[in-house]
Amino acid sequence: MENQKNEQTAKEYEKYVKKVTPTHSLPVNMARAFLVGGLICVLGQYILNTAQAMGADKEEAGCWCSLILIFLSVLFTGLNIYPKLAKFGGAGTLVPITGFANSVAAPAIEYQKEGQVFGIGSKIFTIAGPVILYGVVSSWVLGLIYYVMQMWR
Amino acid sequence: MDYINAFWVGGLICALVQILLDRTKLMPGRIMVLLVCTGAVLSAFRIYDPFAEYAGAGATVPLIGFGHLLYQGVNDAVAECGVLGLFMGGLKASATGISAALIFGYLASLVFKPKMKE
Repeated sequence: MENQKNEQTAKEYEKYVKKVTPTHSLPVNMARAFLVGGLICVLGQYILNTAQAMGADKEEAGCWCSLILIFLSVLFTGLNIYPKLAKFGGAGTLVPITGFANSVAAPAIEYQKEGQVFGIGSKIFTIAGPVILYGVVSSWVLGLIYYVMQMWR
Repeated sequence: MDYINAFWVGGLICALVQILLDRTKLMPGRIMVLLVCTGAVLSAFRIYDPFAEYAGAGATVPLIGFGHLLYQGVNDAVAECGVLGLFMGGLKASATGISAALIFGYLASLVFKPKMKE
């Protein structure tokens, strides 16, 4: 009798937990990421097209595109808008270059109290550091393979 | 048309990464590293270029484009000046993005005060 009662309350509790846990279903999150990420890329495309229309070549246009997107992302991070956007967009705000800029600016702002060198200076690389390190190393390894293959030919 | 392609390809990449974010224990930092390395590999296998041709900013704005820039820089520099190129090309090609993020990030730390978490 006692056992049965416990089981029942456990079940009720489980139901309660399920009810109050915010339901972030994967399809909904994916749709949001799709929307936000897609729109950021459209903005990038707009910058690319505008730069090329103003006479920049493909490479320069790409540079303008990253430059402006990074500037906007840092600005929105400072104004505390980007975190709100990230809450909604999830991976949609993480994957584009704006997510990288956010990961640089956010710790720089957050840790300024700890000083120029060990606060801003080292925390600015919290995420940028690994990204740059593994990006450089992996492209170096791949480039080495390319180099060796070229020698064989 | 290029806007539509940029939208759905860029969106799709983000939606796929959302699966990783929700279903695995990968932290955002690890995901970014993964994306950059993926971009470098795609670029090395010559898959990235036709893909970027089609998707435009949908391929270059996500971080895989950053990996592509790094590898492409190494590749071009190796073709031009051999072994030295392995060490020269990568950061040179991606200099704008890295410098912009660091410089704007630093300036932001001078201008903005930390906000309280909500």
